[in-house]
Amino acid sequence: MNILGLIFSNIHNKELFEVTRRRTIASTPIGGRYRLIDFALSNMVNYNITRIGIVTKHNYQSLMDHIGSGKDWDLARKNGGIVILPPFGVSADFYNTRLEALKSIISFINSSRADYVVLTDCYAVANLDYRDIFNQHFATGADITFVYRECDVTPDDYMPVNVLTLDDDGRITNMSIYQTFAGHAKVSADTWVMKKSLLQSLVLDAINRNLRSFNRDIISHNLDVLKVYGYRFDGYFGNISSLDSYYKINMKLLDPKVRAELFQQPRRPIYTKVHDSAPTKYGVAAEITNSLVADGCEIEGRVENSVIFRGAKIGKNAVVKNSILMQNTYVADGAVLDHVITDKNVKIINKKEIIGDENRLAYIVKDGVV
Amino acid sequence: MIRKKECVAMILAGGQGSRLHALTDRLAKPAVTFGAKYRIIDFPLSNCVNSGIDTVGVLTQYQPLILNEYIGNGKPWDLDRNFGGVHILPPYQGKNKIDWYRGTANAIYQNIHFLKRYDPEYVLVLSGDHIYKMDYGKMLRFHKQNDAALTIAVINVPLSEASRFGIMNTDEVGRVISFEEKPKNPKSTRASMGIYIFDAAVLYRHLEEDEANLFSAHDFGKNIIPRMVEEGEAVYAYEFNGYWKDVGTVASLWEANADLLGENPAFNLYDPDWRIYSRNFALPPQFIADGAKIENSIITEGCYIEGTVIDSLLSNNVRVEKGAVVKDTIIFANTAVEAGATVNYAIIDENVTIKKNAVVGAERGENAPITLVAHNVTIGEDMTVPAGEIIEKDLVL
Repeated sequence: MNILGLIFSNIHNKELFEVTRRRTIASTPIGGRYRLIDFALSNMVNYNITRIGIVTKHNYQSLMDHIGSGKDWDLARKNGGIVILPPFGVSADFYNTRLEALKSIISFINSSRADYVVLTDCYAVANLDYRDIFNQHFATGADITFVYRECDVTPDDYMPVNVLTLDDDGRITNMSIYQTFAGHAKVSADTWVMKKSLLQSLVLDAINRNLRSFNRDIISHNLDVLKVYGYRFDGYFGNISSLDSYYKINMKLLDPKVRAELFQQPRRPIYTKVHDSAPTKYGVAAEITNSLVADGCEIEGRVENSVIFRGAKIGKNAVVKNSILMQNTYVADGAVLDHVITDKNVKIINKKEIIGDENRLAYIVKDGVV
Repeated sequence: MIRKKECVAMILAGGQGSRLHALTDRLAKPAVTFGAKYRIIDFPLSNCVNSGIDTVGVLTQYQPLILNEYIGNGKPWDLDRNFGGVHILPPYQGKNKIDWYRGTANAIYQNIHFLKRYDPEYVLVLSGDHIYKMDYGKMLRFHKQNDAALTIAVINVPLSEASRFGIMNTDEVGRVISFEEKPKNPKSTRASMGIYIFDAAVLYRHLEEDEANLFSAHDFGKNIIPRMVEEGEAVYAYEFNGYWKDVGTVASLWEANADLLGENPAFNLYDPDWRIYSRNFALPPQFIADGAKIENSIITEGCYIEGTVIDSLLSNNVRVEKGAVVKDTIIFANTAVEAGATVNYAIIDENVTIKKNAVVGAERGENAPITLVAHNVTIGEDMTVPAGEIIEKDLVL
């Protein structure tokens, strides 16, 4: 079976949050050494989906840098592999929705020899088992399988949400799209499986009738014609839509249970771009508890409840608490950081106290010097 | 189009390293773990790449599987090239004979056809079991300036240790007057580092002559170099002043690892201008749990630390559970130190399990011997491994 994977790297209907101002949501750093797209990509690779198109629109330099040839996901292939699909064409009228994006890459979809297609967003931290999803897809004889989860939605979650109603067999009978929502519900995880030929005809129809929304115009309007089934995902699913949720999900990765579920699945590892960092070195006076630390760091001070990315340097008597330090952050001797998110290459020089709190995180932009 | 390379490097990586005992019973010495996430061969390979040498032959013989797999197509060192790159050169069956490598010179002799494909002017011969950072480009310039036939890198060693090395006696411009392999009464302290740059044509001629000599041991140190000096070839010593360590014994392997620690380490892995490349894996970052204590240590990806780690190096996926203490110890990948266990002044190989409350080794001190636990061994609950032991089989009640 030949499957084509399509990943939407920056489809947002919402204001971008701070960390994604200069990058795609796909290339947002997470958990010390990963980028969000690593989850979507690894999930596909782990089911031997090796022809993958990444649909992107803007701010995609960091995404291209991260993906490279695709070698790190074993996706530098003669047949298949990774293709980055930036906007194409003479019109300056860039797409804004998934459906418009699909229209613009229809020739890429047409040229693929795949039988099936998986579409997914990449704002989520989750380890999905596509084997199980496809097995259910075949067992139900569905035209489209929708991955969903039943959960308490908070205003922090990725919006808009698609709230689904399912019958006893798991067939989706109704779908409502909310721009804001809170409460317990079955919501779409924005991952779909269907035959490629079905996607082609749906997109062709959308082009002919000038439809714009994948969920509203295609799925929702066809629920009685097409057999659309839900696949319930009960594993850890962290969705990132704001600085708050970004912070909370990074902190969630300090929980051994969450980490085990994401990173210790026997046949489903999470791959990422590897670097040539030296191992991390702890100084004589280093004190460190409950923290996730990537390689290449030099830590002399105190670190508590934090996520430290590659190449960070933390000086003597410096204190880093409840914080996220991205790649190559430099914290000088004696500085104190609490509830702080530093983006790449941030330098905290001189004795400085930067104290945020749970409701007001301090965020320092890329290359910032304090 | 005729293409050629100015300089091709040949790394001698076939050694068994018997003084590393169980650490090398299933892999060649150059494949031994070093500095938490490296293998010894990363150092000569990275030196080559950083020196602008992109064509490297790796001569393997003893237990090559892990080394071959590790080097692969050379991608981690940027040595996957269309012309050049890294090549594994094992002994092979020829048309008329089957032959093992019989000495260092014979190993190169049997691969002259490999060298000739690149038609180099210079051949750099390296050994795969030393830890150092060196710009071979500088040495090559020195070689060219002197119009030398052979340049040997030398390092000053204490007189007391000189009889363990090949010792050069040189004149004031650095030309080698005499060479003695492991002399009883050394006349100088300039020891050969086992790094040679030959003029290719001179090398081929001497290898062929040496091959014809039935009484030769076909060794660079014992045969080729003394003969070249005797014959009055232009042999020069190139002095190297940096850090260099032969990690041929368990004690020296431990020392070289410990040299990476401390505020101003003797050997610095964090030099952005001379990076050491290695094959990396996509493992989660290390996690340091509540109650852990870490002091003056080097730790890498996939580790999970709940206990105490002092003056130690931990490789990929090492687990140190609650109440466990690891001190002055080097632990290789995928090893677990369970709750309450104590490990002192030891080298612990891959895939070892040290069960609850076991005690391995004793505090490091004067004359205290180092303890070694071999790969895939289990040390049972509450068991004690006395200092200085080499454990190669499970130790359980």
